[in-house]
Amino acid sequence: MLDHEFMQLALAAGAVVGVLAPAVGFFLVQRGQSLIGDGIGHVAFAGVAAGILLDVAPVLTALAAAVIGAILVELLQAYGGTAGDQALALVFYTGIALGVVLVSTAGAMNANLFQYLFGSILTVTRHDLVLIAALGAVGLATVGVLYRPFAGVVIDEEGARVAGVPIGVLNVVLGGLVAVTVALSMRVVGILLVAALMVLPVSAAGKIAWSMRSALVLSTGIGLASALAGLTISYYADLPPGGTIVLVAAGVYLTCLIASAVRGT
Amino acid sequence: MSIAVELADVTFGYRPGQRVLEHVTLRIAEGEFVALAGPNGGGKTTLVRVVLGLERPSEGHALLFGEPAHRFSRRRVLGYLAQRSELGGDAPATVREVVSAGRLAAGGLIGPMRRRDRAIASDAIERVGLGASADAQMRTLSGGMQQRAFIAKALAGQPALLVLDEPTTGVDAESQESLAGLLDRLHSELGVTILYVSHEFGAVERFVQRLVLVRRTIVFDGAPDELPGVWHDPSHSHA
Repeated sequence: MLDHEFMQLALAAGAVVGVLAPAVGFFLVQRGQSLIGDGIGHVAFAGVAAGILLDVAPVLTALAAAVIGAILVELLQAYGGTAGDQALALVFYTGIALGVVLVSTAGAMNANLFQYLFGSILTVTRHDLVLIAALGAVGLATVGVLYRPFAGVVIDEEGARVAGVPIGVLNVVLGGLVAVTVALSMRVVGILLVAALMVLPVSAAGKIAWSMRSALVLSTGIGLASALAGLTISYYADLPPGGTIVLVAAGVYLTCLIASAVRGT
Repeated sequence: MSIAVELADVTFGYRPGQRVLEHVTLRIAEGEFVALAGPNGGGKTTLVRVVLGLERPSEGHALLFGEPAHRFSRRRVLGYLAQRSELGGDAPATVREVVSAGRLAAGGLIGPMRRRDRAIASDAIERVGLGASADAQMRTLSGGMQQRAFIAKALAGQPALLVLDEPTTGVDAESQESLAGLLDRLHSELGVTILYVSHEFGAVERFVQRLVLVRRTIVFDGAPDELPGVWHDPSHSHA
Protein backbone atom coordinates (compact mmCIF):
# COMPACT_ATOMS: atom_id res chain seq x y z
CA MET A 1 0.00 0.00 0.00
CA LEU A 2 2.78 2.42 0.91
CA ASP A 3 4.50 1.81 -2.41
CA HIS A 4 1.85 3.94 -4.09
CA GLU A 5 2.47 7.68 -3.95
CA PHE A 6 -1.26 8.43 -3.92
CA MET A 7 -1.61 6.40 -0.72
CA GLN A 8 1.38 8.13 0.89
CA LEU A 9 -0.19 11.50 0.13
CA ALA A 10 -3.62 10.31 1.27
CA LEU A 11 -2.27 8.99 4.59
CA ALA A 12 -0.37 12.22 5.23
CA ALA A 13 -3.41 14.38 4.44
CA GLY A 14 -5.62 12.07 6.50
CA ALA A 15 -3.22 12.30 9.43
CA VAL A 16 -3.30 16.12 9.43
CA VAL A 17 -7.09 16.30 9.20
CA GLY A 18 -7.49 13.38 11.64
CA VAL A 19 -5.69 15.43 14.30
CA LEU A 20 -6.96 18.92 13.41
CA ALA A 21 -10.69 18.15 13.08
CA PRO A 22 -11.18 16.77 16.63
CA ALA A 23 -8.79 19.35 18.12
CA VAL A 24 -11.06 22.13 16.83
CA GLY A 25 -14.29 20.18 17.23
CA PHE A 26 -13.42 19.53 20.88
CA PHE A 27 -14.42 23.04 21.94
CA LEU A 28 -17.64 22.93 19.89
CA VAL A 29 -18.75 19.61 21.38
CA GLN A 30 -18.04 20.73 24.95
CA ARG A 31 -20.17 23.85 24.36
CA GLY A 32 -23.05 21.82 22.95
CA GLN A 33 -22.43 23.18 19.42
CA SER A 34 -21.61 19.90 17.70
CA LEU A 35 -23.57 20.78 14.57
CA ILE A 36 -21.67 23.98 13.78
CA GLY A 37 -19.16 21.99 11.72
CA ASP A 38 -22.03 20.57 9.70
CA GLY A 39 -23.56 24.04 9.19
CA ILE A 40 -20.27 25.58 8.12
CA GLY A 41 -19.76 22.59 5.81
CA HIS A 42 -22.97 23.44 4.00
CA VAL A 43 -21.82 27.05 3.62
CA ALA A 44 -18.54 25.71 2.21
CA PHE A 45 -20.67 23.89 -0.37
CA ALA A 46 -21.80 27.32 -1.66
CA GLY A 47 -18.11 28.27 -1.84
CA VAL A 48 -17.27 25.14 -3.85
CA ALA A 49 -20.11 25.94 -6.23
CA ALA A 50 -18.88 29.54 -6.59
CA GLY A 51 -15.37 28.25 -7.32
CA ILE A 52 -16.67 25.93 -10.05
CA LEU A 53 -18.78 28.74 -11.52
CA LEU A 54 -15.94 31.29 -11.46
CA ASP A 55 -13.23 28.78 -12.41
CA VAL A 56 -11.28 29.46 -9.20
CA ALA A 57 -9.80 26.70 -6.99
CA PRO A 58 -12.90 25.46 -5.07
CA VAL A 59 -10.88 24.85 -1.88
CA LEU A 60 -10.06 28.56 -1.70
CA THR A 61 -13.61 29.74 -2.39
CA ALA A 62 -14.90 27.14 0.10
CA LEU A 63 -12.48 28.46 2.72
CA ALA A 64 -13.63 32.04 2.08
CA ALA A 65 -17.31 31.05 2.26
CA ALA A 66 -16.73 29.01 5.44
CA VAL A 67 -14.94 31.92 7.15
CA ILE A 68 -17.78 34.29 6.19
CA GLY A 69 -20.37 31.74 7.39
CA ALA A 70 -18.59 31.22 10.73
CA ILE A 71 -18.37 34.97 11.35
CA LEU A 72 -22.03 35.44 10.33
CA VAL A 73 -23.18 32.81 12.84
CA GLU A 74 -21.21 34.59 15.56
CA LEU A 75 -22.49 38.05 14.62
CA LEU A 76 -26.11 36.87 14.43
CA GLN A 77 -25.82 35.42 17.92
CA ALA A 78 -23.89 38.30 19.47
CA TYR A 79 -25.61 41.30 17.91
CA GLY A 80 -28.70 40.05 16.07
CA GLY A 81 -30.43 38.69 19.16
CA THR A 82 -30.76 35.35 17.37
CA ALA A 83 -30.64 32.12 19.38
CA GLY A 84 -27.67 29.86 18.62
CA ASP A 85 -29.58 27.12 16.78
CA GLN A 86 -31.58 29.64 14.74
CA ALA A 87 -28.44 31.56 13.73
CA LEU A 88 -26.91 28.27 12.63
CA ALA A 89 -30.04 27.23 10.72
CA LEU A 90 -30.22 30.60 8.94
CA VAL A 91 -26.64 30.40 7.71
CA PHE A 92 -26.87 26.64 7.10
CA TYR A 93 -29.94 26.76 4.83
CA THR A 94 -28.92 29.97 3.06
CA GLY A 95 -25.55 28.38 2.30
CA ILE A 96 -26.93 25.18 0.87
CA ALA A 97 -29.62 27.01 -1.13
CA LEU A 98 -27.00 29.33 -2.59
CA GLY A 99 -24.84 26.30 -3.39
CA VAL A 100 -27.67 24.56 -5.23
CA VAL A 101 -28.45 27.69 -7.27
CA LEU A 102 -24.77 28.29 -8.14
CA VAL A 103 -24.13 24.64 -9.05
CA SER A 104 -27.17 24.61 -11.28
CA THR A 105 -26.09 27.88 -12.91
CA ALA A 106 -22.62 26.43 -13.55
CA GLY A 107 -24.15 23.21 -14.90
CA ALA A 108 -21.82 21.33 -12.56
CA MET A 109 -24.05 18.69 -10.98
CA ASN A 110 -21.47 16.03 -11.83
CA ALA A 111 -18.54 13.98 -10.56
CA ASN A 112 -16.45 17.11 -10.06
CA LEU A 113 -18.95 18.29 -7.46
CA PHE A 114 -19.28 14.88 -5.82
CA GLN A 115 -15.59 14.78 -4.92
CA TYR A 116 -16.22 17.73 -2.60
CA LEU A 117 -19.45 16.32 -1.23
CA PHE A 118 -18.03 12.87 -0.47
CA GLY A 119 -14.28 13.49 -0.38
CA SER A 120 -11.53 12.50 -2.78
CA ILE A 121 -8.50 11.88 -0.63
CA LEU A 122 -6.92 9.51 -3.17
CA THR A 123 -6.57 12.42 -5.62
CA VAL A 124 -4.64 14.65 -3.19
CA THR A 125 -1.56 16.08 -4.92
CA ARG A 126 1.77 17.15 -3.39
CA HIS A 127 0.64 20.76 -3.81
CA ASP A 128 -2.63 19.98 -1.96
CA LEU A 129 -0.67 18.28 0.82
CA VAL A 130 1.58 21.31 1.33
CA LEU A 131 -1.53 23.51 1.70
CA ILE A 132 -3.23 21.03 4.06
CA ALA A 133 -0.08 20.64 6.18
CA ALA A 134 0.58 24.39 6.37
CA LEU A 135 -2.97 25.36 7.30
CA GLY A 136 -3.21 22.35 9.61
CA ALA A 137 -0.06 23.42 11.44
CA VAL A 138 -1.41 26.97 11.85
CA GLY A 139 -4.71 25.57 13.15
CA LEU A 140 -3.07 23.24 15.66
CA ALA A 141 -0.66 25.94 16.84
CA THR A 142 -3.63 28.28 17.41
CA VAL A 143 -5.43 25.61 19.44
CA GLY A 144 -2.24 25.05 21.47
CA VAL A 145 -1.66 28.72 22.19
CA LEU A 146 -5.31 29.52 22.96
CA TYR A 147 -6.20 26.26 24.73
CA ARG A 148 -6.72 27.90 28.14
CA PRO A 149 -9.10 30.67 27.02
CA PHE A 150 -11.03 28.28 24.76
CA ALA A 151 -11.36 25.85 27.69
CA GLY A 152 -12.25 28.73 30.02
CA VAL A 153 -15.18 29.69 27.80
CA VAL A 154 -16.35 26.06 27.77
CA ILE A 155 -16.20 25.96 31.57
CA ASP A 156 -17.96 29.25 32.35
CA GLU A 157 -18.63 31.66 29.50
CA GLU A 158 -20.62 34.17 31.58
CA GLY A 159 -18.03 34.26 34.38
CA ALA A 160 -15.26 34.81 31.82
CA ARG A 161 -17.26 37.59 30.13
CA VAL A 162 -17.80 39.39 33.46
CA ALA A 163 -14.06 39.13 34.26
CA GLY A 164 -13.23 40.84 30.96
CA VAL A 165 -12.10 37.86 28.85
CA PRO A 166 -12.69 38.88 25.19
CA ILE A 167 -15.33 36.25 24.43
CA GLY A 168 -16.35 37.77 21.08
CA VAL A 169 -12.78 37.70 19.74
CA LEU A 170 -12.27 34.12 20.95
CA ASN A 171 -15.52 33.01 19.32
CA VAL A 172 -14.53 34.58 15.99
CA VAL A 173 -11.09 32.90 16.15
CA LEU A 174 -12.75 29.55 16.93
CA GLY A 175 -15.16 30.14 14.03
CA GLY A 176 -12.18 30.80 11.75
CA LEU A 177 -10.58 27.55 12.92
CA VAL A 178 -13.79 25.66 12.15
CA ALA A 179 -13.83 27.20 8.67
CA VAL A 180 -10.22 26.19 7.99
CA THR A 181 -10.87 22.68 9.29
CA VAL A 182 -13.97 22.29 7.10
CA ALA A 183 -12.13 23.52 4.00
CA LEU A 184 -9.20 21.14 4.60
CA SER A 185 -11.37 18.16 5.57
CA MET A 186 -13.45 18.47 2.39
CA ARG A 187 -10.84 16.56 0.39
CA VAL A 188 -10.57 13.84 3.04
CA VAL A 189 -14.11 12.96 4.11
CA GLY A 190 -16.25 15.37 2.06
CA ILE A 191 -18.57 18.20 3.07
CA LEU A 192 -21.36 15.83 4.09
CA LEU A 193 -19.18 13.98 6.63
CA VAL A 194 -16.83 16.70 7.78
CA ALA A 195 -18.66 17.32 11.05
CA ALA A 196 -18.41 13.62 11.93
CA LEU A 197 -14.64 13.85 12.20
CA MET A 198 -15.01 16.93 14.43
CA VAL A 199 -17.52 15.27 16.74
CA LEU A 200 -17.19 11.45 16.91
CA PRO A 201 -13.57 11.28 18.19
CA VAL A 202 -14.38 13.93 20.81
CA SER A 203 -17.52 12.13 21.97
CA ALA A 204 -15.56 8.86 22.15
CA ALA A 205 -12.76 10.47 24.16
CA GLY A 206 -15.27 12.07 26.53
CA LYS A 207 -16.40 8.59 27.58
CA ILE A 208 -12.97 7.48 28.77
CA ALA A 209 -11.15 10.74 29.62
CA TRP A 210 -10.17 11.67 33.17
CA SER A 211 -9.83 15.43 32.57
CA MET A 212 -10.48 18.04 29.90
CA ARG A 213 -6.88 18.09 28.75
CA SER A 214 -6.76 14.29 28.52
CA ALA A 215 -10.01 14.39 26.53
CA LEU A 216 -8.44 16.74 23.99
CA VAL A 217 -5.33 14.56 23.61
CA LEU A 218 -7.41 11.37 23.35
CA SER A 219 -9.70 13.03 20.77
CA THR A 220 -6.80 13.83 18.48
CA GLY A 221 -5.37 10.33 18.97
CA ILE A 222 -8.71 8.73 18.07
CA GLY A 223 -9.10 11.08 15.08
CA LEU A 224 -5.62 10.19 13.82
CA ALA A 225 -6.14 6.45 14.34
CA SER A 226 -9.57 6.58 12.64
CA ALA A 227 -8.15 8.39 9.60
CA LEU A 228 -5.20 6.01 9.18
CA ALA A 229 -7.18 2.84 9.92
CA GLY A 230 -10.09 3.99 7.72
CA LEU A 231 -7.77 4.67 4.78
CA THR A 232 -6.02 1.33 5.21
CA ILE A 233 -9.31 -0.58 5.36
CA SER A 234 -10.67 1.31 2.37
CA TYR A 235 -7.53 0.45 0.37
CA TYR A 236 -7.70 -3.28 1.02
CA ALA A 237 -11.50 -3.62 1.00
CA ASP A 238 -12.00 -1.23 -1.93
CA LEU A 239 -14.39 0.99 0.02
CA PRO A 240 -14.91 4.77 -0.20
CA PRO A 241 -12.24 6.32 2.09
CA GLY A 242 -14.33 9.17 3.58
CA GLY A 243 -17.19 6.96 4.67
CA THR A 244 -14.83 4.27 5.96
CA ILE A 245 -12.90 6.77 8.11
CA VAL A 246 -16.14 8.01 9.69
CA LEU A 247 -17.41 4.45 10.24
CA VAL A 248 -14.16 3.57 12.03
CA ALA A 249 -14.59 6.68 14.23
CA ALA A 250 -18.18 5.59 14.96
CA GLY A 251 -16.89 2.13 15.88
CA VAL A 252 -14.36 3.67 18.27
CA TYR A 253 -17.16 5.72 19.84
CA LEU A 254 -19.22 2.58 20.38
CA THR A 255 -16.23 0.81 21.93
CA CYS A 256 -15.56 3.72 24.30
CA LEU A 257 -19.26 3.86 25.21
CA ILE A 258 -19.21 0.17 26.15
CA ALA A 259 -15.92 0.58 28.04
CA SER A 260 -17.41 3.48 29.98
CA ALA A 261 -20.58 1.50 30.79
CA VAL A 262 -18.53 -1.51 31.93
CA ARG A 263 -16.41 0.77 34.13
CA GLY A 264 -19.62 2.26 35.54
CA THR A 265 -18.83 5.91 34.73
CA MET B 1 -15.04 53.51 53.32
CA SER B 2 -14.94 53.26 49.50
CA ILE B 3 -18.03 52.29 47.59
CA ALA B 4 -17.86 49.07 45.53
CA VAL B 5 -21.34 49.26 43.98
CA GLU B 6 -23.52 52.30 43.48
CA LEU B 7 -26.86 52.32 41.71
CA ALA B 8 -28.47 55.76 41.63
CA ASP B 9 -32.17 55.92 40.72
CA VAL B 10 -31.75 53.11 38.18
CA THR B 11 -34.64 52.18 35.92
CA PHE B 12 -34.22 49.40 33.37
CA GLY B 13 -36.26 47.42 30.84
CA TYR B 14 -35.25 45.02 28.09
CA ARG B 15 -37.78 46.65 25.72
CA PRO B 16 -38.95 50.27 25.38
CA GLY B 17 -41.68 50.93 27.94
CA GLN B 18 -40.87 47.83 29.98
CA ARG B 19 -39.69 48.38 33.57
CA VAL B 20 -37.99 45.38 35.14
CA LEU B 21 -36.27 47.70 37.62
CA GLU B 22 -37.70 51.03 38.74
CA HIS B 23 -35.91 53.80 40.66
CA VAL B 24 -33.44 51.45 42.34
CA THR B 25 -30.90 53.12 44.59
CA LEU B 26 -28.32 50.90 46.27
CA ARG B 27 -24.84 51.46 47.68
CA ILE B 28 -22.56 48.64 48.80
CA ALA B 29 -19.36 49.59 50.58
CA GLU B 30 -16.12 47.67 50.03
CA GLY B 31 -15.91 44.73 52.43
CA GLU B 32 -19.67 44.42 52.99
CA PHE B 33 -21.50 41.07 52.83
CA VAL B 34 -24.96 41.80 51.42
CA ALA B 35 -27.79 39.42 50.61
CA LEU B 36 -30.22 40.49 47.90
CA ALA B 37 -33.49 38.61 47.77
CA GLY B 38 -36.89 38.79 46.18
CA PRO B 39 -39.41 36.63 44.36
CA ASN B 40 -38.66 35.01 41.02
CA GLY B 41 -39.30 37.61 38.33
CA GLY B 42 -38.71 40.44 40.82
CA GLY B 43 -35.67 41.74 38.95
CA LYS B 44 -32.79 40.24 40.97
CA THR B 45 -30.82 38.80 38.07
CA THR B 46 -31.44 41.94 36.01
CA LEU B 47 -30.17 44.03 38.90
CA VAL B 48 -27.04 41.87 39.04
CA ARG B 49 -26.51 42.31 35.29
CA VAL B 50 -26.79 46.09 35.71
CA VAL B 51 -24.38 46.00 38.67
CA LEU B 52 -21.86 44.03 36.60
CA GLY B 53 -22.21 46.34 33.60
CA LEU B 54 -23.72 43.67 31.35
CA GLU B 55 -26.81 45.90 30.91
CA ARG B 56 -26.95 49.72 30.86
CA PRO B 57 -29.67 51.47 32.87
CA SER B 58 -32.42 53.17 30.86
CA GLU B 59 -32.39 55.90 33.51
CA GLY B 60 -30.05 56.66 36.39
CA HIS B 61 -26.50 55.38 36.62
CA ALA B 62 -24.57 52.34 37.82
CA LEU B 63 -21.02 52.62 39.14
CA LEU B 64 -18.45 49.94 40.00
CA PHE B 65 -15.64 51.17 42.23
CA GLY B 66 -16.44 54.70 41.04
CA GLU B 67 -16.42 53.93 37.29
CA PRO B 68 -19.46 53.52 35.01
CA ALA B 69 -20.23 49.79 35.29
CA HIS B 70 -20.70 49.20 31.52
CA ARG B 71 -17.16 50.40 30.77
CA PHE B 72 -15.48 49.34 33.98
CA SER B 73 -11.75 49.07 33.23
CA ARG B 74 -10.69 46.58 35.94
CA ARG B 75 -13.04 43.68 35.19
CA ARG B 76 -10.53 41.14 36.46
CA VAL B 77 -11.45 42.18 40.04
CA LEU B 78 -15.00 40.87 39.48
CA GLY B 79 -15.81 37.32 40.51
CA TYR B 80 -19.17 36.03 39.28
CA LEU B 81 -21.01 32.81 39.89
CA ALA B 82 -23.86 32.80 37.38
CA GLN B 83 -27.26 31.30 38.12
CA ARG B 84 -27.19 27.52 37.59
CA SER B 85 -23.46 27.46 36.85
CA GLU B 86 -22.73 24.09 35.36
CA LEU B 87 -20.40 22.76 32.76
CA GLY B 88 -21.71 22.79 29.22
CA GLY B 89 -22.51 19.42 27.67
CA ASP B 90 -20.60 16.46 28.98
CA ALA B 91 -17.30 18.23 29.65
CA PRO B 92 -14.93 15.98 31.63
CA ALA B 93 -13.21 18.90 33.42
CA THR B 94 -11.65 18.37 36.83
CA VAL B 95 -12.05 20.69 39.80
CA ARG B 96 -8.51 21.97 39.21
CA GLU B 97 -9.25 22.74 35.55
CA VAL B 98 -12.44 24.62 36.47
CA VAL B 99 -10.74 26.66 39.19
CA SER B 100 -7.72 27.38 36.96
CA ALA B 101 -10.10 28.95 34.44
CA GLY B 102 -10.66 31.63 37.10
CA ARG B 103 -7.07 32.84 36.56
CA LEU B 104 -7.64 33.62 32.86
CA ALA B 105 -8.35 37.34 33.17
CA ALA B 106 -5.73 38.00 35.84
CA GLY B 107 -3.01 35.62 34.64
CA GLY B 108 -3.14 36.21 30.87
CA LEU B 109 -4.75 34.32 28.01
CA ILE B 110 -1.82 33.12 25.95
CA GLY B 111 0.26 30.00 26.51
CA PRO B 112 0.58 27.70 29.51
CA MET B 113 -0.37 28.68 33.04
CA ARG B 114 2.41 30.21 35.16
CA ARG B 115 3.55 28.66 38.44
CA ARG B 116 2.18 31.60 40.46
CA ASP B 117 -1.25 31.25 38.88
CA ARG B 118 -1.26 27.50 39.57
CA ALA B 119 -0.43 28.22 43.22
CA ILE B 120 -3.27 30.74 43.50
CA ALA B 121 -5.72 28.24 41.96
CA SER B 122 -4.55 25.53 44.39
CA ASP B 123 -5.00 27.91 47.31
CA ALA B 124 -8.57 28.68 46.19
CA ILE B 125 -9.32 24.94 46.00
CA GLU B 126 -8.03 24.46 49.56
CA ARG B 127 -10.05 27.44 50.84
CA VAL B 128 -13.34 25.92 49.72
CA GLY B 129 -12.40 22.54 51.20
CA LEU B 130 -11.98 20.64 47.94
CA GLY B 131 -8.27 19.85 48.30
CA ALA B 132 -8.91 16.10 48.39
CA SER B 133 -11.08 16.31 45.24
CA ALA B 134 -8.87 18.64 43.22
CA ASP B 135 -8.29 16.08 40.46
CA ALA B 136 -11.80 14.62 40.52
CA GLN B 137 -14.05 15.25 37.54
CA MET B 138 -16.81 17.76 38.22
CA ARG B 139 -19.46 15.41 36.86
CA THR B 140 -18.68 12.94 39.66
CA LEU B 141 -19.31 15.53 42.42
CA SER B 142 -22.52 16.52 44.21
CA GLY B 143 -24.29 19.81 43.37
CA GLY B 144 -22.95 21.39 46.57
CA MET B 145 -19.36 20.41 45.78
CA GLN B 146 -19.71 21.69 42.22
CA GLN B 147 -20.89 25.05 43.56
CA ARG B 148 -17.87 25.14 45.88
CA ALA B 149 -15.64 24.53 42.87
CA PHE B 150 -17.25 27.44 41.01
CA ILE B 151 -16.84 29.65 44.09
CA ALA B 152 -13.16 28.64 44.13
CA LYS B 153 -12.99 29.55 40.44
CA ALA B 154 -14.34 33.01 41.24
CA LEU B 155 -11.89 33.32 44.16
CA ALA B 156 -8.96 32.32 41.95
CA GLY B 157 -9.32 35.66 40.19
CA GLN B 158 -8.65 37.31 43.58
CA PRO B 159 -11.80 39.41 43.23
CA ALA B 160 -12.58 42.62 45.07
CA LEU B 161 -16.29 41.96 44.45
CA LEU B 162 -17.80 38.49 44.46
CA VAL B 163 -21.33 38.19 43.06
CA LEU B 164 -23.21 34.91 43.50
CA ASP B 165 -26.51 34.56 41.68
CA GLU B 166 -28.73 31.85 43.22
CA PRO B 167 -25.76 29.74 44.33
CA THR B 168 -27.93 27.26 46.22
CA THR B 169 -30.20 26.26 43.34
CA GLY B 170 -30.37 22.47 43.23
CA VAL B 171 -28.30 22.15 46.42
CA ASP B 172 -29.63 20.23 49.44
CA ALA B 173 -30.30 21.95 52.79
CA GLU B 174 -27.16 20.61 54.45
CA SER B 175 -24.97 21.86 51.60
CA GLN B 176 -26.73 25.26 51.70
CA GLU B 177 -25.83 25.56 55.38
CA SER B 178 -22.25 24.58 54.66
CA LEU B 179 -22.05 27.01 51.70
CA ALA B 180 -23.30 29.89 53.86
CA GLY B 181 -20.66 29.09 56.50
CA LEU B 182 -17.99 28.95 53.80
CA LEU B 183 -18.96 32.39 52.47
CA ASP B 184 -18.91 33.83 55.99
CA ARG B 185 -15.40 32.46 56.51
CA LEU B 186 -14.16 33.71 53.14
CA HIS B 187 -15.61 37.14 53.89
CA SER B 188 -13.80 37.26 57.25
CA GLU B 189 -10.50 35.91 55.92
CA LEU B 190 -10.28 37.77 52.62
CA GLY B 191 -12.31 40.91 53.28
CA VAL B 192 -13.90 40.52 49.85
CA THR B 193 -17.16 42.36 49.12
CA ILE B 194 -19.91 39.77 48.60
CA LEU B 195 -23.28 40.26 46.94
CA TYR B 196 -25.32 37.11 47.52
CA VAL B 197 -28.47 36.88 45.41
CA SER B 198 -31.24 34.41 46.15
CA HIS B 199 -35.01 34.07 46.05
CA GLU B 200 -34.83 33.41 49.81
CA PHE B 201 -32.35 34.39 52.49
CA GLY B 202 -32.10 30.86 53.81
CA ALA B 203 -28.99 29.91 55.74
CA VAL B 204 -27.06 33.03 54.74
CA GLU B 205 -29.39 35.39 56.66
CA ARG B 206 -27.49 35.10 59.93
CA PHE B 207 -24.10 35.82 58.37
CA VAL B 208 -24.77 38.94 56.30
CA GLN B 209 -24.52 42.55 57.44
CA ARG B 210 -27.36 43.78 55.25
CA LEU B 211 -30.45 42.35 53.64
CA VAL B 212 -31.90 43.96 50.52
CA LEU B 213 -35.32 42.99 49.18
CA VAL B 214 -36.07 43.79 45.56
CA ARG B 215 -39.46 43.69 43.87
CA ARG B 216 -38.83 45.81 40.81
CA THR B 217 -37.75 48.43 43.31
CA ILE B 218 -36.08 48.08 46.68
CA VAL B 219 -38.68 47.47 49.40
CA PHE B 220 -36.32 46.79 52.31
CA ASP B 221 -32.67 47.59 52.93
CA GLY B 222 -31.31 47.11 56.43
CA ALA B 223 -29.74 44.89 59.06
CA PRO B 224 -31.12 41.36 59.40
CA ASP B 225 -32.55 42.06 62.87
CA GLU B 226 -34.55 45.00 61.46
CA LEU B 227 -36.34 42.80 58.93
CA PRO B 228 -40.10 42.77 59.61
CA GLY B 229 -41.33 39.26 60.30
CA VAL B 230 -43.67 39.37 57.33
CA TRP B 231 -40.64 39.61 54.96
CA HIS B 232 -38.83 36.55 56.24
CA ASP B 233 -39.80 34.57 53.21
CA PRO B 234 -39.25 37.12 50.44
CA SER B 235 -40.38 34.73 47.74
CA HIS B 236 -43.97 35.14 48.93
CA SER B 237 -46.23 38.06 48.07
CA HIS B 238 -46.72 40.71 50.75
CA ALA B 239 -48.30 43.35 48.57
